[in-house]
Amino acid sequence: MAWFLKPKYNIKKGLHNPVQDGLWHKCPTCNSMIYSKDWEENFKVCPNCDFHDKLNAFERIQSLIDPGTFIETNNNIVSVNPLDFNDGKIRYELKVHEAMEKTMLKEAVVIGHGKLNGLSVQLAVMDFSFLGGSMGSVVGEKITLAIEEAIKHKRTMIIFSASGGARMHEGILSLMQMAKTSAALKRLSDAGGFFISVLTNPTTGGVTASFAMLGDIIISEPDALIGFAGPRVIEQTIRQKLPPGFQRAAFLQDHGFVDIIVRRKEMKKTLYELINYTH
Amino acid sequence: MTAYYLSFEKPIEEIEKSIAELRESHSGNREVDFSIEIDELEKKREYLIKTIYENLTPWQVTQVARHPERPIFSDYQKQLFDDFLEIHGDRLFRDDPAIVTGFARIGNEKFVIVGEDKGKDTKEKIRRNFGMPNPEGYRKAMRAMRLAEKFKKPILSLIDTAGAYPGIEGEERGQAEAIARSLFEMSGLKTPIISLVIGEGGSGGALAIAVADRVLMLQNSIYSVISPESCASILWRDAGLAERAAEALKMTGPNLLKLKVIEEIIPEPMGGAHRDTAATMKNVRTSVLRHLAELKRISTPKLIQKRYERFRRLGAFEIVK
Repeated sequence: MAWFLKPKYNIKKGLHNPVQDGLWHKCPTCNSMIYSKDWEENFKVCPNCDFHDKLNAFERIQSLIDPGTFIETNNNIVSVNPLDFNDGKIRYELKVHEAMEKTMLKEAVVIGHGKLNGLSVQLAVMDFSFLGGSMGSVVGEKITLAIEEAIKHKRTMIIFSASGGARMHEGILSLMQMAKTSAALKRLSDAGGFFISVLTNPTTGGVTASFAMLGDIIISEPDALIGFAGPRVIEQTIRQKLPPGFQRAAFLQDHGFVDIIVRRKEMKKTLYELINYTH
Repeated sequence: MTAYYLSFEKPIEEIEKSIAELRESHSGNREVDFSIEIDELEKKREYLIKTIYENLTPWQVTQVARHPERPIFSDYQKQLFDDFLEIHGDRLFRDDPAIVTGFARIGNEKFVIVGEDKGKDTKEKIRRNFGMPNPEGYRKAMRAMRLAEKFKKPILSLIDTAGAYPGIEGEERGQAEAIARSLFEMSGLKTPIISLVIGEGGSGGALAIAVADRVLMLQNSIYSVISPESCASILWRDAGLAERAAEALKMTGPNLLKLKVIEEIIPEPMGGAHRDTAATMKNVRTSVLRHLAELKRISTPKLIQKRYERFRRLGAFEIVK
């Protein structure tokens, strides 16, 4: 074998790596090593620095809903390619298909109903891992369906948002989902329904500028990035660095746009109390 | 003749220059008669404008929609409205000049007006933030629209913005909340609402004043979830590929009509609204008054129900087994 074809031996690779083995998890912010089982049981919150990592939709539901009571609905609604959108590398419907395989989800939101400490709630949970939680026709439709169910069955509506904004691959139809979901919330409000909006990291763009900001009560997880424009867009527009903490949960609370910042561990209890106070 | 030509209007520019030159020598020299040549050039000019404007690409339409001489809100204020009384301020923070609100008459109809104004000259453009509203602009619009509901007057909103302004202060004052609240409230306003995109319909900043019973678009206007430049820079990390993005985003009238996002395309005079503002206004006036007459025949509860259904059905998806 020619010397340049010989496999290179990387000493590091040969070593036992506890993070790669999956036994230990390294916190992305404070770098402390956490026993993986503890990390999962703590719903991906660092016990050391309180960093709240992203949860996928079903982890979130598991963290909130009484075991065995969640009933998912409308998971048979899937995206099409209404604009025949092709970014030159991949057609949009294939991009969606890839996201489905990667996440084992049908779309960027899971809707359904279940019990929260015995109270009946209507739930919509967004999942950032599915195309950045972007809102296209399916996300808009499912959120609207969930709101309409909440009206019909007089359930408290809870939406967990996590999104980069509208899904540009569906063009104007994505934009229209902002109006559609907001109009449904107006109906819920007129019917006397209770809507709690929970913002998680990150929630920006068209999702923030529609249903996410329309909660009777708006909750945020600690340090979540929440905004209309993304920080990069703002920096490019004004050509200056953004102040630290800008668009984070505490910033929004200081400016009057978030009612309560709730740690993941206390989320279920807080939601329960809010529903109790208002019923 | 216009003072500003878009790149694809080069042949029109050349011919209009020749016509102007001939005219000049014609008037200075009475011995030679150029009128036949001028007539011929005029015919050629008309033919050129027609062929160019009948075959505009989406990117060219975008350029016409942003043309520096295109009629903007202040032109409508002067030429579409028979009179206008502006009202100012959101009663919370300040008056946002990027959105103009007030009362107007068009024919026998009284309207409450909400319009995005990009500003004409540099000073005005800066004062009006190039038509990019801050939260107080949307809150002012909401205030005006609530007055419309209270006094049972129809609302006409004129849309022309690159988008809601993405700045630090806008975020501090809740740009997202202001837009969301507008979508929420407009969907239930108990009065007819007509929206017209007169130039650029830029994303949430446009939709925030366009939750209407009828959404109309001028022929050479655009309405999109994202600007072609931003779309290109996200997809291909190159804003220079905007032409391709404009194509992909399907942001012009005929596509939006097909998707049922708009009800009607209002024709512009040949060669674009900037070549004949008066004719543009005439077309807008006829269309707006016709739509209002139709909406006035619908009872208020039915109007709200139909508005809900109008947006409820927008979207494309598939239900699988």
